[in-house]
Amino acid sequence: MSDVADTRPGAILKNNLWTNNPIFMQILGICSALAVTNLLTNTAIMTLGVTLVTGFSSLTVSLLKKFIPRKVRMIVQTLIIAFYVIIVDLVLKAFLPEISKNLGPYVGLIITNCIIMGRAEAFAQSNGPVVSFWDGITSGLGYMGVLMMMAVFRELLGFGTLFGYQIMPAAFVRWTIMVMPPSAFFLLGLFIWAGKTMMRGEKT
Amino acid sequence: MTPVISPFSLFFASIFTSNILLANFLGMCSFISISKDMKSSNGLGLAVTVVLTVTTGINWAVLQLLEALGLVYLRYIVFIIVIAAVVQMLEMIIDRISRPLYMSLGIFLPLITVNCAILGVSLFMEIRDYSFWQSVVFGLGSGLGWWLSILALSAIRKKLDKAPVPAGLKGAGITLITIGFMAMAFMGFSGMLQVQ
Repeated sequence: MSDVADTRPGAILKNNLWTNNPIFMQILGICSALAVTNLLTNTAIMTLGVTLVTGFSSLTVSLLKKFIPRKVRMIVQTLIIAFYVIIVDLVLKAFLPEISKNLGPYVGLIITNCIIMGRAEAFAQSNGPVVSFWDGITSGLGYMGVLMMMAVFRELLGFGTLFGYQIMPAAFVRWTIMVMPPSAFFLLGLFIWAGKTMMRGEKT
Repeated sequence: MTPVISPFSLFFASIFTSNILLANFLGMCSFISISKDMKSSNGLGLAVTVVLTVTTGINWAVLQLLEALGLVYLRYIVFIIVIAAVVQMLEMIIDRISRPLYMSLGIFLPLITVNCAILGVSLFMEIRDYSFWQSVVFGLGSGLGWWLSILALSAIRKKLDKAPVPAGLKGAGITLITIGFMAMAFMGFSGMLQVQ
């Protein structure tokens, strides 16, 4: 996890969305990333939840950093994150019960998503609240971007639909493998390959 | 909701057909970073198995209590605290009982608190309404399944180190694709048992 020296909002945005993308560069938070990406709607809701939780927990950690003793800060951070995840979970259950059911345990698993913890530890711990909030939100968006791309591929090829609407012609043969677990690994591997190669080209 | 599954078939199902890692993607973060080294993989696998078995049992009991009190919405926080506490206690107990075991296992224990597999199994246990014995067996089986896959992957990665891989694909990229193949292999078991 490289430290960000530049704390201007624009620099943070570029850093979190691209050069230091949580998935491409740090391989963080992929546990829940892979499981939900076979349907675009689920992915959108899930990553929106992650983005909000990352933003608000970074904000809270940054506000409270003076009061948290160093020794117990990990567990305090986890509790802060768990608090926001419970809110997300309750909101989903109340307004989108169908999606909440589909996501199943993966909403709760946002707690152990390493991105959130990583941002709290690497950024919010040593920066002001507003910047930390922005950093959390952009990290979440970087995560969202990659996952949405994966979900487009998996849903389009696996079900022939996007957001549940039929896109492919009726004669299209579904690639059943795309909705199964292995394809998530293959796609993410290929995405990381593409991302890294592009970044390499940019630097030289 | 779920048909009652005998603990015996649940045990094998959680190792092979619904492997916690390859079918449910849980515990990926440490899976990828630790599997570089076979010895550490073995240690972490053992630690995960022990912690999973203990925490799933305890969390089952805690969940009954929360349900009785009508506080089920607090379960995420409570589960995480139980996991952190169990890990901490295990660390102290192992330190007392066996110094060599502590030396080999010690560094992995703190890592486990944030391992998604542990929390994930507890959440699956809740969603699928398992009984106490089902929960314990499910925890044990999932742990063994995780252990098996991290050992297999670290062995494969040893060979991969010497393979000529395109520069951009090195490291995480090729590892993920390897895991994809492993997942396909484990899918082959899925006809034998059905647990959902």
